[in-house]
Amino acid sequence: MQRRLAWSAAVMAATTLLTAWAAGTFSGAGATFPYPLYARWSHAYRALTGSAFNYQSIGSGGGILQIQRGTVDYGASEYPLPPKDLDRHGLVQFPMVVGVVVPVVHLPGTDLRPVRLTPELLADLFLGRVARWNDPRIKALNPGMDLPDLAVGIVARADGSGTTWLFTRYLSRVHPGFASRVGVGPSVKWPSGIAAKGNEGVASYVREVAGALGYVEYAYALQSGLRVVALETPGGTFAEPNRGSVHAALGREDWASNPGFELDLMDNTGPGGWPILGASYILLPREHKDPSKGRALLSYFSWCLREGAKAAEDLNYFPLPTKVVDRVEGHWKDNVRSGGRAIWP
Amino acid sequence: MPTGSIQAASPSARGHRADAGAKHRSTMDALFRGTSLAFAVLVLVILGAILLVLLFQSSEAFLRFGPSFLWSSDWDPVRDLYGALPSAYGTVVSSLIAILIAGPVGIGVAVFLTEMAPPWLSRPVGLGIELLAAIPSIIYGMWGLFVLAPWLNRVFYAQLQEHFGFLPLFKGPSLGISMLTGGLILAVMILPFIASVTRDVFRLIPPMLKESAYGLGSTTWEVIRNVVIPYGRSGIVGAIFLGLGRALGETMAVTFVIGNSHVISASLLSPSNTISSTLANEFAEATTPLHVSSLVALGLILFLITTLILSLAKFLLWRMEKALPGGSKR
Repeated sequence: MQRRLAWSAAVMAATTLLTAWAAGTFSGAGATFPYPLYARWSHAYRALTGSAFNYQSIGSGGGILQIQRGTVDYGASEYPLPPKDLDRHGLVQFPMVVGVVVPVVHLPGTDLRPVRLTPELLADLFLGRVARWNDPRIKALNPGMDLPDLAVGIVARADGSGTTWLFTRYLSRVHPGFASRVGVGPSVKWPSGIAAKGNEGVASYVREVAGALGYVEYAYALQSGLRVVALETPGGTFAEPNRGSVHAALGREDWASNPGFELDLMDNTGPGGWPILGASYILLPREHKDPSKGRALLSYFSWCLREGAKAAEDLNYFPLPTKVVDRVEGHWKDNVRSGGRAIWP
Repeated sequence: MPTGSIQAASPSARGHRADAGAKHRSTMDALFRGTSLAFAVLVLVILGAILLVLLFQSSEAFLRFGPSFLWSSDWDPVRDLYGALPSAYGTVVSSLIAILIAGPVGIGVAVFLTEMAPPWLSRPVGLGIELLAAIPSIIYGMWGLFVLAPWLNRVFYAQLQEHFGFLPLFKGPSLGISMLTGGLILAVMILPFIASVTRDVFRLIPPMLKESAYGLGSTTWEVIRNVVIPYGRSGIVGAIFLGLGRALGETMAVTFVIGNSHVISASLLSPSNTISSTLANEFAEATTPLHVSSLVALGLILFLITTLILSLAKFLLWRMEKALPGGSKR
């Protein structure tokens, strides 16, 4: 009896090991911003299929480096690689989820209405050219708001991040002076102010410093309860950062046709669309020696994009619109290969 | 030191018969000596290896910018331009602020604990100071950010600016997150080291010296001034440099409160940066090879600053020890 039990236990262990091996274990590395979502997806997918998709959030720069060297199965980046880099390293790039950046302010008082700003004025604030909150340009946009005679304290990200990349790209687009003075990058040289590590660092600096103006990811703006900025959009309406305004912006453009799927809505949000948003990307090799392994990777990402949309919304990320998901899968069909043959679908 | 103990042990060994046991013991001795030598050499090898890696990996930055990397104050990842001065300056100045505050306070604590406090007080206070040293630096950082910095800004910095705002040291808008806050938090962190090492040094002073001084009619102040401090001088210097070494390399707590801004400002109320906080912030997302190399170069500079300061400490101690026997106080 006992021997029988031992045998069946051994057989069971062996089959579990075998299925685990067959289902496979994949490793990925990169961006920190989508990490909670990737972890959630990977957990749910493992429960469903037994395949493990491990993810290390070491930062976009690290993710790009690792996938270029081929030490991981997939990389994740918060900023798109230019097409020539993708060609040089034989990589395919596609968006997974949309990230949104929100400027947050701390003004004393109980008024929590969003502070209205034009895009140019926001850039001027971050350039240090508007020094105080009671500046006539801010007052003119916010009639009736109690704007104190308080210095504007800029709070930026100290660590390199996709958030900074997205935000500086936006400011550079709307303000030529910002483009020439500061430029676009995951970490930049800010003309003034202080800097903190991580979204939570920026949020806590803004909360501690009266007169602070910073920028954080949407989820952090929501959780911190900080006062946000409403931005003027084409046609003169002001967009507040919320689900409605982000969806309004996302629905505008067929960005899936951009090279490398770069999400570039900043000139084309239309009235009422929130303009500061961008996609978080996955990087895969174009050529897969083992077609079944390549197919397993793509199946996972397809599942995330379609079935995982609900989880994304729960965690305050924005899933891709369905038509973009269709384009992404079409892109796999044309570009991901094994021995010259397409492996998807 | 090891040779001394071996010589001390050999006469007793000779007393026994020269048998297998003694032979066994001598091979054990050789083995022991060999292993401890290997451990000691390992330290030097690791140190050398670190230096080599730093030199090798920072070469790109130094080849590109030349020696001007040391005094350039540009740090602009977008244009791929890097200079070490803001971080190096922040490292040195914040550590100096810390030592200027924690040095005298630490010595004062040690004097009180050894010379004045009744035993029922000196034990718990001494224990408390040692516990302070065991708090992880991230806790100091969070406390600094959420409690100390807002309080300093509201109360202390506001007063400073009101009364001394004309000095360039305290000019400019104050956000509470600044070089001075960084220095103050460092002072709190290194205080326990300075206080407990100094206290141990004072405890080693022969009671007879102090009692003789009291017997001659000295007051407590005179005993401390003329016996305790001069006798423990080299130990105090050692304690201060130990604290300075820790302040130079401290990372997390400073990162939280110094503002992480690559700017050199005369005002202590402006945000600044240190080498170690720059490394902590930027290493993970440094994308260009030149950025990575410049960060490693910063690490090399920190290594050199620390070496320089430790050498200075050794030199001071050596001069004091040389001066002591000759000028042996009366």
